[in-house]
Amino acid sequence: MLPFARQLEHLGYASLQAENFSTLQVNLGWRCNQACKHCHLMAGPQRPEQMQRDTIDAVIRVVERWTIPCVDLTGGAPELNPDYEYLVERLDRLGTHILTRCNLTILLEPGKEHLAEFYRDHRVELVGSLPYYQEDLVDRLRGAGVFQKSLEALRRLNRVGYGEPDSGLRLNLMYNPAGAYLPPEQGALEELFRRELTNRYGIHFNQLLTLLNMPIGRFKEFLERSRNYERYMGKLVSGFNPATVPGLMCRSLISVAWDGRLYDCDFNQAMDLPLLAGLPQTIEDFDLPTLATRPIRLGDHCYGCTAGGGSSCGGRLAPE
Amino acid sequence: MTHYYEENDLERFNEIGKYRPDLYDNFMTYYQGVMSAGALSVREKALIALAVAHAVQCPYCIDAYTRGSLEAGSNLEEMTEAIHVASAIRGGATLIHGIQAANAAAKITL
Repeated sequence: MLPFARQLEHLGYASLQAENFSTLQVNLGWRCNQACKHCHLMAGPQRPEQMQRDTIDAVIRVVERWTIPCVDLTGGAPELNPDYEYLVERLDRLGTHILTRCNLTILLEPGKEHLAEFYRDHRVELVGSLPYYQEDLVDRLRGAGVFQKSLEALRRLNRVGYGEPDSGLRLNLMYNPAGAYLPPEQGALEELFRRELTNRYGIHFNQLLTLLNMPIGRFKEFLERSRNYERYMGKLVSGFNPATVPGLMCRSLISVAWDGRLYDCDFNQAMDLPLLAGLPQTIEDFDLPTLATRPIRLGDHCYGCTAGGGSSCGGRLAPE
Repeated sequence: MTHYYEENDLERFNEIGKYRPDLYDNFMTYYQGVMSAGALSVREKALIALAVAHAVQCPYCIDAYTRGSLEAGSNLEEMTEAIHVASAIRGGATLIHGIQAANAAAKITL
């Protein structure tokens, strides 16, 4: 396999540099009320990793100091961090755009029943995980009962205005494949999801985003166990699409881990590949001018973001 | 070679183009044109291909269009229905030839 960095060299990128910084992605912890089979962080109910209040305060200071336009909150289930609401309230006061990656079922957890209204009151943009519109597939991937709970959560979100036209409350859904294959064309799948979710369940959303399963974490364990790893990697490498490189999310995003360490993306965080040596390493040392044009740390898992139409936390990268 | 059908042979498809590459290139241009979105979507075409793959019982095609159907957003319920369509047409085609047999029998019996 041609190393990813060499692949980019062939395209004329001596090193991949960050540019057009827009987003601070904050991982509030690896604890989650689900334990999905594809999770790159191996998140679950027993994970102890949680961002502490002092680190959260450091995040708030960074957002204020550098007037960061967008803060993307993720986990685990970010809402399980006891300081999630504290953070959102303060970010809202700063006027930054807040996005939360929501597993949907968190809305039904005891003590979290107010979340739909809380998101609404702070104009939080939501990306809800829903890998398909059928129960058996979703439950197989995300756990028994998750599909029905997800539907209930989506109904609650719709009731407070999320996903409804002209409400300004954005509810995007995130699809990922239920196995060792690439995601469908995003636009066509969105049409299918919209038709099925509307007709079957009366549920509305704004946009469907497709995300490829990264060959790391629990998904890598599955690939190896099922002897699909080499074939899957071969598919990612042979599917390398140069048109995805300009939009790679690591170029416009910096990821902060639960312990305050900085990474180029959540996948590098999962693989414990911090920013390259010589760069600021923690949220306390955050220096935007240095980080906004930093060289990015690459690995062969990066082929997961450049295969086919590309993949990112914002969906596909290349035009379809 | 331990089996007539080797899984990895699918990835060697382009070796067919070693001889008469012009014919291979023509086929591939045609194939890609056929399978692209047109009046039918890529998803619909993948389901048709999956059904045909079962009708012609090509293990390579079954492998390729199982994956192709999933990558186009289809689910196992839809794929199974498509396979049933192939089965129904094959079954119907078998049965309709029963008339042929009846005709043939009529022709040679008193």
